[in-house]
Amino acid sequence: MTVFWNKSAETMPSNELKELQGKKLSALAKFVYENIQFYKKKFDEMGLKPDDIKTADDITKLPLTYKDDLRDHYPFKMLAVPMDDIVRVHASSGTTGKPTVVSYTRKDIDDWTELMARTVMAPGITHKDIIQNAYGYGLFTGGLGFHYGAEKVGATVIPISGGNTDRQLMIMQDFESTVLTCTPSYALFIAEYAKKEGIDVSKLALKKAICGAEPWTDDLRKTIEKNMQIDAYDIYGLSEIYGPGVSVECEEKDGMHIWEDFFIVETLDKETLEPVGPGEEGVLAFTTLEKEGLPLIRYITNDVTILSAEKCNCGRTHIRMKKVTGRRDDMLIVRGINVFPSQIEHALMQIPGVSGHYQIIVDRDILDSLEVKVELTPDTFSDKMSELEKFSNDIETKIFNILQVRAKVELVTPGTIPRSMGKSQRVIDKRTKNI
Amino acid sequence: MIKQISIFLPNHPGTLAKLTKLFMENAINMRALTVSETADYGILKIIVDRTEDAANILDKNQYLTAITHVIAVEVEDKPGALHQIAKMLGDNGVNIDYLYSTIVKEAAVIVLRVSDNEEAVKILRENNVKLLDQKDF
Repeated sequence: MTVFWNKSAETMPSNELKELQGKKLSALAKFVYENIQFYKKKFDEMGLKPDDIKTADDITKLPLTYKDDLRDHYPFKMLAVPMDDIVRVHASSGTTGKPTVVSYTRKDIDDWTELMARTVMAPGITHKDIIQNAYGYGLFTGGLGFHYGAEKVGATVIPISGGNTDRQLMIMQDFESTVLTCTPSYALFIAEYAKKEGIDVSKLALKKAICGAEPWTDDLRKTIEKNMQIDAYDIYGLSEIYGPGVSVECEEKDGMHIWEDFFIVETLDKETLEPVGPGEEGVLAFTTLEKEGLPLIRYITNDVTILSAEKCNCGRTHIRMKKVTGRRDDMLIVRGINVFPSQIEHALMQIPGVSGHYQIIVDRDILDSLEVKVELTPDTFSDKMSELEKFSNDIETKIFNILQVRAKVELVTPGTIPRSMGKSQRVIDKRTKNI
Repeated sequence: MIKQISIFLPNHPGTLAKLTKLFMENAINMRALTVSETADYGILKIIVDRTEDAANILDKNQYLTAITHVIAVEVEDKPGALHQIAKMLGDNGVNIDYLYSTIVKEAAVIVLRVSDNEEAVKILRENNVKLLDQKDF
């Protein structure tokens, strides 16, 4: 039997949902115009009045918002409320050395918790479950997002955070966890590790996993399900739009429901950024209908996918998105963490003597690996191994400090990184089979 | 003091052969050598008979190189010989970064890369240790 956290909201007839969106959008236009200088200026430049926005269809009249806009207003310059009203801050990767910062009011946290409660229950998880939350706790939204939602539902939460697989498996066995939440590659890693340690997964109490924070295929789902003997569900979110809980798969495992009473979602043409219809591939853009701290209008996620407005067997009326199939920009997701090549360049340029020629190689052997090849120069080369090791260690530390992802640095001979048109080929992603 | 050439070499099959072929074709004789290695790369350190020529050839062939001054001392071929050298440098606060051995004119020779060449030479001379010259190679 299908379980719901908020059945009336989740099964609201589409016409009512659209009417509700229209009302909220109209109020939002007024709210951002009056409270965020950035949007007031945009509206004024376009000759747009908040009163022009009356229905959900008026969304296309509104300006787009880009990740760079958040960078330009780092860290708190785009808030719609005074800092006193902010109760929480999260952050994700930015395109340079500075992170993308998201601020939440009390209401924002409550709303996010509501969305996460729906998200936890959509795959059939209830207050009876014991949830082992292996998403990272901290500035990353994954850990705390799940934590609040799972508690709200009344489930038992084990806030174990990521890593330390021996401990994950001990707790999974001893506490009889029924649900695992983590990245899909970590779920696969845990399964492999259990096998290696001689743990019989069929004896575990584990029934389900909610996996997200990185793209994964249906093939990978089948592998995880087989190796762990569970059902695995996809979840989508981004910190700019609260975090996890923007959308999730129900028990049908056929696309992720986007909570449309909280968001207006659009797919836009990758080149022109003009709206495309459901069924057509495009870039996801979200408008937040309830956010107070950092409301965003038509925020370009750069995630590419397809929307489906078809009726779902679970009874939820909210539109579904397919798995994310690509990116409009050069962002990489490594071990669930967003990585921009420009961040790596930023880190490299802070180390004296690093040449402009480097290459980023991402691969996956269950877990993702990040390798950065850096060309030595006559100035950085030394006959002393200790100095070369210090040089590569310094680079690795700097990259970790900026990315929060470990990279392996390989020093190479000058001129050996392939150049095309005088510039190095910067990024090689060998993981295509899993994306 | 002796000029040593250090060469950066990626750690994969055939790298050394390519380099030794270059030396063979140019009649460069390697008189002393050592390699330190990591998983990804190695540093080949050599003393050759024609340092300038070798450096030019390497440069022309796009090798990454560094020239460093090292010290070469002749030691007796018997237990405790190296100990004496190591102790006199250590007692005087000179650090040995690395060392390797070779044979020059049938004598055992230790090549030393130290933290302070001048100080090391001074100490070794005071203790009547035989120091080799570039022309000895």
